Formats: sequence, structure tokens, C-alpha cells
Amino acid sequence: MKHELIKIESVVKEFGDNRVLDGLSLSVREGEVVVIVGPSGCGKSTLLRCINGLEPIQGGEITFRGQKVDGNSRSIVGIRQKVGMVFQNYELFPHMTILENIVLSPVLVQKRGRKEVEEEAMQLLSRVGLEEKRDSFPRELSGGQKQRVAIVRALCMHPEVLLFDEVTAALDPEMVREVLDVMLTLARQGRTMVIVTHEMSFAKAVADRVVFIDEGSIVEEGSPEAFFEHPGTDRAKRFLNTFTYEKVEKGA
Amino acid sequence: MELLRWDVMRSYLPLYRDAMFLTLRIGWAGILAAIGLGFICALIRHYKIPVLQKIVGIYIELFRNTPLLVQLFFLYFGLPKIGLDIPAEPCGVLGLALLGGAYMAETFRSGLEAVEPIQMESALSLGMTRTQAVLHVILPQAVSISVPAFVANIIFLLKETSVFSAISLMDLMFTAKDLIGLYYKTLECLTLLVVFYLIILLPVSALGSFLERRLRYAGFGD
Ligand SMILES: Nc1ncnc2c1ncn2[C@@H]1O[C@H](COP(=O)(O)OP(=O)(O)OP(=O)(O)O)[C@@H](O)[C@H]1O
Ligand SMILES: [Mg+2]
Repeated sequence: MKHELIKIESVVKEFGDNRVLDGLSLSVREGEVVVIVGPSGCGKSTLLRCINGLEPIQGGEITFRGQKVDGNSRSIVGIRQKVGMVFQNYELFPHMTILENIVLSPVLVQKRGRKEVEEEAMQLLSRVGLEEKRDSFPRELSGGQKQRVAIVRALCMHPEVLLFDEVTAALDPEMVREVLDVMLTLARQGRTMVIVTHEMSFAKAVADRVVFIDEGSIVEEGSPEAFFEHPGTDRAKRFLNTFTYEKVEKGA
Repeated sequence: MELLRWDVMRSYLPLYRDAMFLTLRIGWAGILAAIGLGFICALIRHYKIPVLQKIVGIYIELFRNTPLLVQLFFLYFGLPKIGLDIPAEPCGVLGLALLGGAYMAETFRSGLEAVEPIQMESALSLGMTRTQAVLHVILPQAVSISVPAFVANIIFLLKETSVFSAISLMDLMFTAKDLIGLYYKTLECLTLLVVFYLIILLPVSALGSFLERRLRYAGFGD
């Protein structure tokens, strides 16, 4: 069996009295693509932020390769280099060109040679069809292009896991595809990925395992076939119904 | 009779020129110190460094809400009473630095606040330490956001130097008042005063608009 990369054990996350993650446990193995779905506000983004040590947790434990994830510890910098994150609104650095955005962290944090990193950045950019944008600023790119750059920027750190938080949610419909295609390619290359998405057909295509979260804990978990074709719980059925029109009311 | 006596004005020129250099020297020294001070204070307030945050808060309110003239009197005539005798010129620099620091701090702080917090998280998620993120991601954005207000502060501070004459620094204002008192060539003296202040300030304004345009071109936001 493949190594466990991320292990989440009985994690509790609270904002004031609002318990957002309620004893949630999940593990992600090397090479696995885990897709997390669930209704809005159920804690998906919060979970990803906890995995990256961006939110402190009030109970339980998260480990990456056995190392405890703690936003205040010294080890967090090393862990974050291994756990890349892509945000819904890209979060490129607006004052830097595309190439500078990608090269900054490998050079600054990993102390790699600028020339070597730039070469790799250009290779990655050309793989997503954006090599001619190297000297553009983020505001000169479309949303889909920015998101592809954000993915390249994360990849250039040579992460072992990539976390994606609704990376197509802010995009115009015609740009969703170009980003999802990049992610599909990464999945086929055997990368370990944790993906939060509302794109159900993409989830079906990319996932090794689907995790359905509601109200801060996992309600159902299984292969995409099982989850989408034969959801075991009423809550999952209701959730999936919100994405389809043909099934609504007709059969009833 | 002519309105302005050019020969008189020409004979005053060297005095005004020396005064302008004094104003520039004190002005820029004070402003540079103000920028440094303001920068540090802004970071302390924005990142809520305990204890220091309170002290900086008091400092800013104190200096933003009292006139520079009063601050200078305090430094120049008050401090010697407790054995701290600072000569006029350093006193002017210090006064300007303290006043300017308070304004610059507020300017930088609003710049820092205008940067989306998620930019910090984006930098952290790439493995940067908080310090690296502040230096490479947050500050450059905050500084360019605050450029217009920053230039306005510099112009304001350069103009404030006109109260230096009160602690007998031979700046432009002092020279004009002195010459008027001696020779009663009021209109000539005042005209020269205006002209010399414009010589100091117009280039700063121009630089400000230039920077503003450049930064807008470099493209922030979406
Ligand atoms: N910084 C915060 N402070 C207080 N409450 C928060 C904070 N961030 C999230 N929450 C709350 O935590 C809950 C879960 O939010 P989260 O963003 O994780 O949901 P989500 O599943 O990602 O939703 P969506 O699908 O809409 O993105 C929500 O009730 C939200 O209001
Ligand atoms: Mg979310």
C-alpha cells in the first residue's frame, strides 16, 4: 500500500462558538486524487486551510508525512513547500510579472539558482500554453490564464501534494475547461491532489475517491462511481440533486 | 515707478539661495527620517506588536494633533530646561522627523490595510516565512498604493519648514522677514519667497504625478 501523506485525525475547528469542523478524519495517500464536495459553508475551504497550517485547530491533529502541521511551528515552512495550494481567486502577486511570480519562492525560499528555476518555469508555462505571457502582469491576463499561472507557480515548488480550493468557481464558464484540463493532466501524471470543487462531472472524471462533507464532518466517502451513481445517504442524494435538472420531480 | 525693482531682487538672490539650501537640507533630512520612522511605526501598528503598538498609537496622536511650531518650541526651548540642549538645525530635523513620522505612519498603514490579507496567505502557502512575505509581497504593494498620499505628505512637510524661522533658523521665511524688516522692500521679498518655494516644491509635485502614472501603468488590482 502507498504511503500516507496527509493524515487528519478527529480535527475540530471553531470560529468563536461556530464549530466548522467537527471531529473530521481523513487521510490522503501518495498518488491519490481526493475530491471533496459538499454544500456551501460546510467547511471545505476551512479544511484545506487547516491542512496548510493557515488556520489553527482546536482539537485533533493533522500530520504531513508524520510531521505535525502547526502554523506557529518552525517546521511549517518546510511542510508548506511540500503542500502546494491554489486559491479560488488565483492570488498572484499583482506587482510582479508572471515569471517573477513563479520564480520568487523557489529562489527565495528554496535557494535554488534563478537560471535553473526560470528554465523550469518557462517549461511549465509552455505546457499550459502561456510561455508568451512571461513578462506580462497578472492584470493583463484572463481569469483562466491567471489560474493556470497559479497552478504553475505551485508546481514550480516541487510539492508532493496540491490543494485546490474551488479553483474554477470565479471563472467565466468558457474558461473553466482550460483550467480543469490542466488539473486532469496533473492527475494522470500520478500527482497527489486534494480538490474542492462544485464541478461534478469533473469530480467524477478526476477522482480516485470522493468525500462528501456536510456540517463539518464526513457523511459519505467512496469511489466516484459509487458516490455519484449510488449515494448511500439521503443527504448526499439531496446534495447531488441540486446539480441535476432532469431528475428533479419527474420521477416522483 | 515700477511695480517690482529687479535690481533689488537680484541683489537678494544669494541670500535666498543660501536659505533655500538650508530649507532643503533640513527638509530632506527630516523627511528621510520621517519615512524611516513612519515605516517602522506603520508595521508595528499593522502587525499589532504588543506594547510597542500602544506607544506608537500615543506618539501618532500626539504629533498629528499639535502644531509643528509648538513641537519645535518644546524641543528647542523646553528640552534645555531638562539638560538636553539641541542646536537649532538638528532640532528642526528632529521636529520634522517626528511630525512627518506620524503622518507617514498613517499613510503606510492605510497602504498595508489595502493589501488583501489573502495575499499574505498566498505567500505563506508558497513556503515563505512571514518576514519574507511582508518584504517581498505585502510591502511593495502597500508602498505603491500609498505613493499619492506619500507625495502629498512630503509636500506638506516641505511647506511646514516655513515655521523653522521661529527657532531662528535662517530658512527662506526667516530671510524674507529679515530683509523686509531691514529695507521695507516687502513686495520684492515676498515675490522671491513664493518663487523659491515653488522652485523647491514644483519638482516634487511633478515627480509625484510621474510616479503615480507609472504605478498605475505597472498595474495593480484586476
Ligand atoms: N475567518 C472566519 N471567521 C469566522 N467564520 C468563518 C471564517 N472562515 C469561515 N468561517 C465560517 O466557517 C464555515 C465554513 O466555511 P468554509 O469557507 O470552510 O465553507 P466552504 O465549505 O468552503 O463553503 P463554500 O462552498 O461556500 O466555499 C462557514 O459557516 C463560515 O461562515
Ligand atoms: Mg470555500
